[in-house]
Amino acid sequence: MNLLEKLDASAAARKALLPDGVGAFGIPIEEVYSATEARIGDRRVLLLGTNNYLGLTFAPECIRAAHEAIDKEGTGTTGSRMANGSYFGHRSLEREFADFYQCDSAIVFTTGYQANLGTISGLVGPGDTVLIDGDSHASIYDGCVLSGADIIRFKHNDMVDMEKRLRRLGNRVETTLIIAEGIYSMLGDQAPLDDIVKLKNAYGCILLLDEAHSLGVLGETGQGLVEATGLLKEVDFITGTFSKSLCSIGGYCVSNHPQLEQLRYVSHPYIFTASPSPATIASTRAALELLRKGSHLRKQLWQNCTQLYTQLREGGYLLGPHPGPVIAAIVDTPRQALLLWQNLLEHNIYVNLILPPAAPEGKSLVRCSVNAAHTSEQIKYVGDTFCKLHGLVCSPS
Amino acid sequence: MTENNYNEIMKLLCDRLEGVSNSNVQITSETNIISQLSIDSIKLLNLIMEIEDTFDISIPINALTDVQTVRELADLVYKIKSAS
Ligand SMILES: Cc1ncc(COP(=O)(O)O)c(C=O)c1O
Repeated sequence: MNLLEKLDASAAARKALLPDGVGAFGIPIEEVYSATEARIGDRRVLLLGTNNYLGLTFAPECIRAAHEAIDKEGTGTTGSRMANGSYFGHRSLEREFADFYQCDSAIVFTTGYQANLGTISGLVGPGDTVLIDGDSHASIYDGCVLSGADIIRFKHNDMVDMEKRLRRLGNRVETTLIIAEGIYSMLGDQAPLDDIVKLKNAYGCILLLDEAHSLGVLGETGQGLVEATGLLKEVDFITGTFSKSLCSIGGYCVSNHPQLEQLRYVSHPYIFTASPSPATIASTRAALELLRKGSHLRKQLWQNCTQLYTQLREGGYLLGPHPGPVIAAIVDTPRQALLLWQNLLEHNIYVNLILPPAAPEGKSLVRCSVNAAHTSEQIKYVGDTFCKLHGLVCSPS
Repeated sequence: MTENNYNEIMKLLCDRLEGVSNSNVQITSETNIISQLSIDSIKLLNLIMEIEDTFDISIPINALTDVQTVRELADLVYKIKSAS
């Protein structure tokens, strides 16, 4: 098979899962009306498949800050953080992240994906080991591959399994980086951080926690799982993204280890890419301020999460183990998931469709994400519609 | 580790692969795990965890980049087990 034929084969496998004309992936959004509504084709749909957890995409403070930055500093930095791409805003945002986490240093990356690539490949290299959760996000896997370290997976959130694998590493634990996520993006469940910290201390490893989905969502001031569990000081490195609760694009790593600064000199995903645009940085700074003060937004978000989680569970859906802003209905077959997804769209509800192998354990997911801007009526409509359509996923098909 | 151990590893791998494969291909040491057995990447990674447990070893998943056939997987497991 030549290179192009290999792509044809993978396209054929995709088409076998998704019949022609079903645009579940990369669906065109024609117009965005608000944090909760948009137009897809001719439909005005409710958005239940975004990562806009605090509903801040149209926050006037963020929009104003972005406008001002673009007027003052132009559309792009046209260069790397290492060269001409570190403006006052980039450095200020780093100080603000360090202050937010009460940490010594913070680094801003161009995306959350690159924050993981850059941090992981900066921390470990060939001969070192990364011990990662089996359900880790692709950016974690890719960062590990880029690093050249030995990659060992443990069963998702299974601490007995994790300890077994740590024990087998013998004295290689000294150069082992453990990686987990605050909230896992597929099922919305949280890492057992308490137990992970106990094991990392017992074995003397370094711990990296990706708070991509938990920033703004967990903890009194929205730091994430580290705050909700009171374990901030126990986690060596925290990465995260601006593309979810902060409603822009970019990523960060914070740490109390002074060695974090060295990443700026060794990490290719930090160096060999242009820095975030001034408007992006400005809106992120404004959003971080809103996030820190946003306990009312978190309260509303959690009210919405609990409402939808309860309604779907009572409607007979199998869900992830924790209620949270990611609520995934676990469905046996891709066909059932696709049917449910299509029917929801016909009822003007957009959610995410996740098919194997992206979904855990060979299942398919119809995944909702809830945000603080959804009204209780919108959530009820979504819950009612899911319940009405439950028959589509319970019979064998 | 002896030849016997190697054959044991090979037999165990063939049995496990048969369990997770979606195809009717007769598994031999030369079978290509991904292309002939239509095993997706996640299934393969989960199988590796099982093999790690069976032999009480660590198999870095990056070492799988050199593995295409059942024999190559058996060689890798044998090499790691022998060194442990
Ligand atoms: C757990 C996790 N980490 C990192 C990222 C990457 O974030 P970004 O969108 O900023 O590249 C994502 C985004 O999907 C994610 O879910």
